[in-house]
Amino acid sequence: MSLQSTELAPAEPPRLVVFWRRYSRNRAALLGLVIFTVVVILALTAGIVEPGDPLRRAGAPLTPPFTDWATPLGTDQLGRDVMSGIFYGARISLLIGVVATLVAIGIGVLIGAIAGYFGGWVDDVLMRVTEAFQTIPNFVLLLTLVAIMGSQIEWITVAIGIVSWTAPARMVRAEFMALRGREFVDAARNLGVSNTSIIFREIMPNALPPIVVYASVIMALAILLESALAFLGLGDPNYASWGNMIGQGRSVLRTAPYCAVIPGIAIVLTVLSFSLLGEGLNDALNPRQKKR
Amino acid sequence: MKPAFPPVLGYALRRLLQAVPVVLLIMVGTFLLLKLAPGDTVDALVGDMGGADAAYIERMRAEYGLDQPVYVQLLTYMGKLITFDLGWSFVYEQPVSAILFERLGVTLLLMATSLTLAFSIGILLGAIAARRVYSLTDNVISTLGLIFYATPSFFLSLLMIYLFSVKLGWLPVGGIKTVAGFYTGWDHYVDVALHLVMPTAALSLIYLSFYLRLMRASVLEVADLDYVRTAKAKGAGETRLMVHHIMRNALLPVVTLLGLQFSTVLGGSVVVETIFTLPGLGQLASQSVVQRDMNTLMGIIFLCSIIVVVVNFLTDLLYARLDSRIELA
Repeated sequence: MSLQSTELAPAEPPRLVVFWRRYSRNRAALLGLVIFTVVVILALTAGIVEPGDPLRRAGAPLTPPFTDWATPLGTDQLGRDVMSGIFYGARISLLIGVVATLVAIGIGVLIGAIAGYFGGWVDDVLMRVTEAFQTIPNFVLLLTLVAIMGSQIEWITVAIGIVSWTAPARMVRAEFMALRGREFVDAARNLGVSNTSIIFREIMPNALPPIVVYASVIMALAILLESALAFLGLGDPNYASWGNMIGQGRSVLRTAPYCAVIPGIAIVLTVLSFSLLGEGLNDALNPRQKKR
Repeated sequence: MKPAFPPVLGYALRRLLQAVPVVLLIMVGTFLLLKLAPGDTVDALVGDMGGADAAYIERMRAEYGLDQPVYVQLLTYMGKLITFDLGWSFVYEQPVSAILFERLGVTLLLMATSLTLAFSIGILLGAIAARRVYSLTDNVISTLGLIFYATPSFFLSLLMIYLFSVKLGWLPVGGIKTVAGFYTGWDHYVDVALHLVMPTAALSLIYLSFYLRLMRASVLEVADLDYVRTAKAKGAGETRLMVHHIMRNALLPVVTLLGLQFSTVLGGSVVVETIFTLPGLGQLASQSVVQRDMNTLMGIIFLCSIIVVVVNFLTDLLYARLDSRIELA
């Protein structure tokens, strides 16, 4: 695969077709893709289907679901439309999931690549830092960062990235350690290619497939972290978030359980779709890996 | 076991030494976080007193060493941490270490019950699924694993509260014991156990799914190895094959994961303890964020890190015991 991509670069369609064929062999992964697409559509069409602020009063408080056409999924104790919250919550969950994953993978890839490529004391120092981050319970660190930096949505996203980079760093480091002694790296070094260039142009493309697969796990965890934070009431109060809806639904659990259950199901399905997507990507990107 | 004792001890010592730089880094980290946080000890004290004049504040800064260069402050801070002097909580008006130790027991109890449940049921279901791979049983177990994995603990908690406390009235909604119960002896243990059922289930299900999935993959892999085929050829029955030949090797990656994930489980207890109002470290952490009690938060980070280091050390030893290929010397 590495030789193909650097030498000849075969025409695009066949590769995509092969990718799709491998991916679609896994039926659960197809289901994951369908759910994921639905969540993306919810996020994209939030402004069209449900115009207006999702945090505004849309009807009488605690209207049960399927009774009023204006609020098909009912309203919460403040009269906010649950369906509107689901649409806008999808937006926040995906946004935080994607950006936090990019932050986590960015930090992880950089640290893992440097540690794995150079080895020696650089590796020692960076790995001790990684272990320190792994030792501190990530949710406690997240709470602390939010306590220090405030709960604006930008900070929360960055903070989630900061507590999630250790696993990708370790994976990239392992890949780099395995690849740095290979012939194509020696060849590049003999040609006088700089370290930066070897790291990012020679080794990185070969080290990325497992990271792409793992990105789906990080994204799922990021969404769970954000929703847990919002559930505790420590999220950004200016945006509708599924976690926050569940947290507020808790106080009316006795009389109106749907307020917590509907956004809860949304989170479960979204996270589920990411794990299924990850499995499909794994089948498609690492076909040589032994079938489990 | 006697001749193997000294090498294990040496191995143990080496693992402990490796943890030292990590703990030092965490100390530096908490110091930096404290510095990043708006306001310092003197601000908190002055806020408590309702204000003071500039000269007095200056004098207090000097008294607390806050006028010293940063590296001197760092060394003083680390010296204090080593003796477990975690500072003063201006919310609880108590030394932080006293508050932490008061709450440590509940969290450790919750950790112990959740991890035991997640680990034992996880490996059991994983092993069953792997031995009946691609059957209906396997599909049901694997699907359940996926769903548990995707269910946030707080949502699961609310569902359980709705079902078992609101609808059925079987289990208490929160707390660690019935406040007005004044139970003694066995009644007390039963009371605490009843209060722990739902928090334990909520915290363990997601990790149960991790162990289940890893155990299933691991058993499948080990079952393909030559020595297992040999044992089968020599007439070992299914139970013997599983217990004597497969389990021990298949457990290795799961034990590794147990150690690696302990800190995540500890983090998860924040949400669960807050929902079920269990007076543990996790609940303290979320309260401290709301109350901006930075000293207590840093104390929790430090104490949790020490617990994680100790647990990782124990799992390393367990791993060495399980895998005789590890070189101890």
